[in-house]
Amino acid sequence: MSQRILVATFDDEGDLLNAVTAVRRQGLRIEDAFTPYAVHGLDHAMGLRPSRLTWVCFVFGMAGAVGMLWFEHWVAAVSWPVNVGGKPWNSLPSDVPVAFEAAVLLAGFGSVFALFAVSRLYPGKQASVSHPGSTDDRFVLVIEETDATFDLSAVEQLLQTFHVVDTRELIREEGHGS
Amino acid sequence: MSEHSISLRPPLISGDKTLGDVTRDICAPMDRQPSALWWWAFIASVMALILGVVTVWYQIATGIGTWGLNKTVGWAFDITNFVFWVGIGHAGTLISAVLFLFRQKWRTAVNRSAEAMTLFAVMCAGIFPLIHMGRPWLAYWMAPYPNTRGSLWVNFKSPLLWDVFAISTYLLISAVFWYVGLIPDMATIRDQSKPGLRQRVTSLLSLGWDGSARTWHRYETVYMLLAGLATPLVFSVHTIVSMDFATAVIPGWHTTIFPPYFVAGAIFSGLAMVTTLMIIARKTMRLEDYITLNHIERMCLLMLSMGCIVGLAYGTEFFMAAYSGNGYEQFVFKNRAFGPMAWAYWTMVSCNVVVPQFLWIRRVRTCLPLVFIIVIFVNIGMWFERFVIIVTSLHRDFLPSSWAHYSPTIVEIATFVGSFGLFFTCFLLFCRIAPAIAIAEIKGAAHLKKRPASSLVSKEKVE
Repeated sequence: MSQRILVATFDDEGDLLNAVTAVRRQGLRIEDAFTPYAVHGLDHAMGLRPSRLTWVCFVFGMAGAVGMLWFEHWVAAVSWPVNVGGKPWNSLPSDVPVAFEAAVLLAGFGSVFALFAVSRLYPGKQASVSHPGSTDDRFVLVIEETDATFDLSAVEQLLQTFHVVDTRELIREEGHGS
Repeated sequence: MSEHSISLRPPLISGDKTLGDVTRDICAPMDRQPSALWWWAFIASVMALILGVVTVWYQIATGIGTWGLNKTVGWAFDITNFVFWVGIGHAGTLISAVLFLFRQKWRTAVNRSAEAMTLFAVMCAGIFPLIHMGRPWLAYWMAPYPNTRGSLWVNFKSPLLWDVFAISTYLLISAVFWYVGLIPDMATIRDQSKPGLRQRVTSLLSLGWDGSARTWHRYETVYMLLAGLATPLVFSVHTIVSMDFATAVIPGWHTTIFPPYFVAGAIFSGLAMVTTLMIIARKTMRLEDYITLNHIERMCLLMLSMGCIVGLAYGTEFFMAAYSGNGYEQFVFKNRAFGPMAWAYWTMVSCNVVVPQFLWIRRVRTCLPLVFIIVIFVNIGMWFERFVIIVTSLHRDFLPSSWAHYSPTIVEIATFVGSFGLFFTCFLLFCRIAPAIAIAEIKGAAHLKKRPASSLVSKEKVE
C-alpha cells in the first residue's frame, strides 16, 4: 500500500508553529516536523505527550544505586570482611559515594541508549532525503493525506497564510520511517 | 512580550546572521586550511606531548624514584597536577549542565568547547594517578572483579577508591553528554559536506539524525536529564577529590570546609581555562560574532564570584585554625603563610584573590588583553593552590626531626608540560574536525533574522 504525504517547507519557526496549530485544528494528521533545532512549543503544538524517558532514567538510576549498595555491602561484610581502621564492616555512609556514581552512570547511559532505541537512531542509518535543509535553515512539516476528503488546494491555501516556501506531494511505498 | 524582554539584553550573536549563515560560519573553519597560528600552536603542543610520552616512559621504566618525593612529602607534584586538571574539567560541566538548567542562553556560544575541554582535562587528570601507581599495567586492580587472590576485593571505605569511580564516571558521562550534543551538528555537517570521508564519518556518527520533531522532543528530555545528572556529578567528583585529603588526619587537610572549597576552586580554575581557550579560539577561528565581548564579560563575572568564594575559603581556613585551639593546625597555617613555602602561598593569594578583583571594573572585563592576562594569573594561582595545600601540609609534620623540603625534579616538570601537550593537541584537533560551537543550540537560542527574500527566490529556482 502506498501513502501520500504533503511536505511543506517554511523558513521561520514561528510560521511552522502557527501552521502546525492551524493544520491540527483542521483535523489533519501531522506525521512529523523536521527542524534544524529544537523549536520550543512545537511539542505542545503537535500534541506530543511528555516523554517517558524520565522513567527509564529513574529506573536505571535506582538500579545502579541499589545494585551498587548491595554489592558494596556484600563485598565488605559478607564475601571477605576486612577490618579497616576498626570501622564497622557494614558501614553505610562510606558506601554512598560509589553507589551515587553508579546511579549516575547507569541513569545517564540508560536514558541515552533508550533515546537511541525509541527514536531508532543507530550508526549506519541513512537519514531521509525527502526534506533537505531541515538540518540547516528549513522547517519542514509533513502532513499525511490518509483521508479521502483531503483537499490539497485548500490545505495549500491554508499554508500560504503562514508564508510557506514550498509544498510538495510525495508518494511513499509502505514501510514506516519518512 | 518576549520581544520586550529580549531587547533588554544585548543580542546573543552579532552581525545580523541568518540560520544558514550560522551553519556556514561555524562549519567554515573545518574547510579552511588551518592558519599559520594554528600550525605553530599544534607543532608546539605535539612537541610537548612527545616530551611527555618520553618522560612518562622513562619514569615508568625507571620507577617513581625519579621524582623529588621523600619520606615526609609523599604526595606533591603528581597529585597537584591531578587535582589541577580535574578542576579545570569542572567548568565545562558547569557551563554545559548547570547553566543549561538555569536557562542561561549565552552558554550556547561556549558550551561545546567547554565540554571538549572537560573531556581532555579529565583525560590529562587520569594519567597522573596512573603513573603514580608505579606499575600502571596493574591499574585494573582498582576494579572490583572476582580474582584468584581469594577474591580480595577493593576497599570501598577508601576515598581513593571513590575517586576511581568518580573520575571514571565523570569521564564517561562527560563523553556521552558531549556526544549527544554533537549528534544534531554531525547531521548538519553531513548534509553540508560533499561526498567523501567527512560525509561518511559524520553520517555514521549522526546516527541517521533528520531533525524530526518527535526525536527532538525526546532528545530535549534526555539532554535535560543528562544535565540534571551531570550537575550533582560534578559536585560529587570534586567533593570526593577533596575527601582524598579531608579524611586524612593531617593538619591542613583534615577540615570540613574542603568539599565546598574544592568545588568552588575547581569551577574557578575551569572558568579561567575556558576563558583562556575562548579568547584564543575566537581570534584564531574568526568567531568574533559568536563569542562576543558580552560572553567574555559574563564569564568574568562568574569568575569574579568564584574568586571571592575561594578568597573567603582561604580566610575561613585561617580563622578555623586560630579558633580551634589546636597547636598543630595553627602551626600548619603559620607555616603556610610565613614558612619556607610562603612564596607559593602568596603567589596563590595574589593570583586568585587580589588579581580577580580588577574584574569589578567593567572597562577591565571588556578589554580582552587585560582579561587574558587575568585568566592566565588565575590559572597559575589555582595550580599553586593545590601545590600549597598538598606540600605545605606535609613537609613539616608532627616530628621536627622528619621535616623535609620538596622540590620537583625535571622529570616531574616534563610530565606536567607533557599533559599540557596532550590537552592542547586534543583541543586543537577538536577545533579542526568538529564544530567548535553548538550549531543547533545557538540557532535555537539566538533570535536570528529570516532568510533574505532575494536569496530565497534564487534558491527556489535552483531547486
